[in-house]
Amino acid sequence: MFDNITARLSEIFRKLGRKAKLSKKDVEKGLKDIRLALLEADVNYKVVKEFIARLEKSATGERVLKSFTPGETLLKVVYEELRDFLSTKKKIEIKADGRPGVVMLIGLQGSGKTTTAVKLANFLRKKGKRSLLVPCDLKRPAAVEQLKIMAEQNNLSFYEIKEKTVVKIGKGALESAKKECLTPVILDTAGRLHIDDVMLEELVQLKKLLSPKEVLLVLDSMTGQDAVNIGLEFQKKVDFDGTVLTKMDGDARGGAALSLKYVTGKPIKLIGTGERPDDLELFHADRMASRILGMGDISTLIERAEEVIDKEEAEEAAKKFKEDRFTLEDFRKQIKMVKKLGPLEKLAGMIPGMKSMGQMDVDDDAIKRIEAIINSMTVDERGNPKVINGSRRKRIAIGSGTTVREVNRLLKDFEMMKKMMKQFSKGKIGFPFPGK
Amino acid sequence: MLIEKIRNGLSKTRNKLQEAFLSVGIFFDKDFEKSVPRLEEILLSSDFGIKATDKIIKRLRERRAECRAKELLIPLLSQILIDILNKAEKKRGEIFPPLTILTVGVNGTGKTTSLAKLAKVFKDRGEKVLLVASDTYRAAGVEQLFLWGKRVGVDVLKSQTGQDPASVAFDAIESALSKGYTAVLIDTAGRIHTKKNLMEELKKIKNVLSKKREDLPQEIFLILDATTGQNALSQVQIFSDTIDVTGIILTKIDGTAKGGIVLAIALELGIPIRYVGIGEGVDDLIVFEPNLFVQSLLEGIVLK
Repeated sequence: MFDNITARLSEIFRKLGRKAKLSKKDVEKGLKDIRLALLEADVNYKVVKEFIARLEKSATGERVLKSFTPGETLLKVVYEELRDFLSTKKKIEIKADGRPGVVMLIGLQGSGKTTTAVKLANFLRKKGKRSLLVPCDLKRPAAVEQLKIMAEQNNLSFYEIKEKTVVKIGKGALESAKKECLTPVILDTAGRLHIDDVMLEELVQLKKLLSPKEVLLVLDSMTGQDAVNIGLEFQKKVDFDGTVLTKMDGDARGGAALSLKYVTGKPIKLIGTGERPDDLELFHADRMASRILGMGDISTLIERAEEVIDKEEAEEAAKKFKEDRFTLEDFRKQIKMVKKLGPLEKLAGMIPGMKSMGQMDVDDDAIKRIEAIINSMTVDERGNPKVINGSRRKRIAIGSGTTVREVNRLLKDFEMMKKMMKQFSKGKIGFPFPGK
Repeated sequence: MLIEKIRNGLSKTRNKLQEAFLSVGIFFDKDFEKSVPRLEEILLSSDFGIKATDKIIKRLRERRAECRAKELLIPLLSQILIDILNKAEKKRGEIFPPLTILTVGVNGTGKTTSLAKLAKVFKDRGEKVLLVASDTYRAAGVEQLFLWGKRVGVDVLKSQTGQDPASVAFDAIESALSKGYTAVLIDTAGRIHTKKNLMEELKKIKNVLSKKREDLPQEIFLILDATTGQNALSQVQIFSDTIDVTGIILTKIDGTAKGGIVLAIALELGIPIRYVGIGEGVDDLIVFEPNLFVQSLLEGIVLK
């Protein structure tokens, strides 16, 4: 029932992809489906209208209709339009310099401002900046306490407030940052509704006084149609320089991003991708577009893989696959490498087609168990699993704290994987989508 | 008095709808079908989602005969919405104290705040309330509930940051039974519904309670932010697959036209809305009643 935009679009393109030639009608049908998919992804209905209108022009052109692979070409057109819709010409940067620079986070209640403040300070630390975290939320009970604790946990500077009003806090924090040579000052403001004029005035005052170079609107990626109003109202009354999309690690389809970017013209700068204080990344329009279209996020995956994977070992493994010499020992090495990449759930989302496989069942615990099972085998067994008979299976299960059933399953899965990989390397199975 | 409060809380939403419906009237005079696209837009822009919107339009068409003049359109639409919401309502069995409520939801939907307001509702009814802070994950999550408890004037069972939330729940029930609390309200940490291990943790909390007494917890409320779009369906589905959500508390409804997602939830998943948060004050959580709610939302809207 909850097929996401990715799954839906994959289906549309799968159908179209089979056809050798597309009629105008096919394209129209495809566009209608895309409209529904975008609406289901929470893209604002007005934005959908405009987007489809733009697509109509480029998708019914000769480029698509006369192409030898019309389905693929249409996909490419949609991808390009989506990417252009989401991207900005300028390179994304967070203005954190100055004496001190000021970054102000604003947004609705519960959008994730406090968490983002801490993640942003961590993010900037990697770029050599020492931030000062300033609690400006005097409304929510224990909000100040929350920021303080998180600052301590992450070894970040925190401004101890003595003042009673937000504006005075801002002033005091600026002084303090100047003295200690910290930049930027990151202001964590209270959540407020975009229609609450009294509360918005407070932000205007704060902005006037501190003239921040970077005001960021923090928006929950699960936001529905109202994203447009939220963006417009904050822009009109306070104005901001960019957006942070939070909770992107869920299954939200991120349609709000498209709407927000379109109506405000403000770039999406950062995305929150997990619960850890490091889970904040720069926004990439091309990656987001391909993610929406089910093309996965291969660029991020490759980037991360390059950081942690030993190239020689990987090549060796691939060679072994081809020659059918891949053993459980190699498998164990691979698991170790993959684990360095980060939580599996996150990785799976980056792989093309994975999302369209529906309810995914990737479980980091399961990987740990598999590792334990292999660890409990002798070197001989790892090289030649065929020798693992009943009593050996029992021993392995006990040794690894698992069950014989799990051992059986692993051995079976391993055989299957080997078969599949062999077919991959022979080119019998193609990847579901073409490259960009 | 209650109706007045709801009306006030929803006044901004109603104004938006009034604006939106103006043009429907203009089209309606010419032809019912001509007003359909405009109606569709209103529903879509209020987060009803494409499926619920289609179904509601279909029902309007079916009952087209009842709607000869444009003055009758709003009453008919109200009736359709009320029917949908009523259908999702469920009869509750008898409750033996302590009434135990678990609140769950994704991060930032307003669990802690809603629970505090709920404590106020029960306290005003004369219950002896125990608030339980089992959000041991979020920094100062426990502290936040504690401050709320003070504000509302009910006891709070404090836990340590990092303590196993299931063990906190266990302590809570023990102490409720021995000290005669009649309502136990348990706050849990926010979690994104796609995180399997965190969802398993919820199961564990629930199991600890049911092991103590089979009928506990009597209620599991999913806290849903009214600004949420179609992802709410996924949230509700996965949370209720994991721990049998008994109802929804819709928060932050005071604002612009939104919250249509609850109709989609009622239609597609049959889970009732139980309370609605209509403001920032301690008393701004009200029992959801389909009739009252839809009426205060749509009553008085005139098609010109």
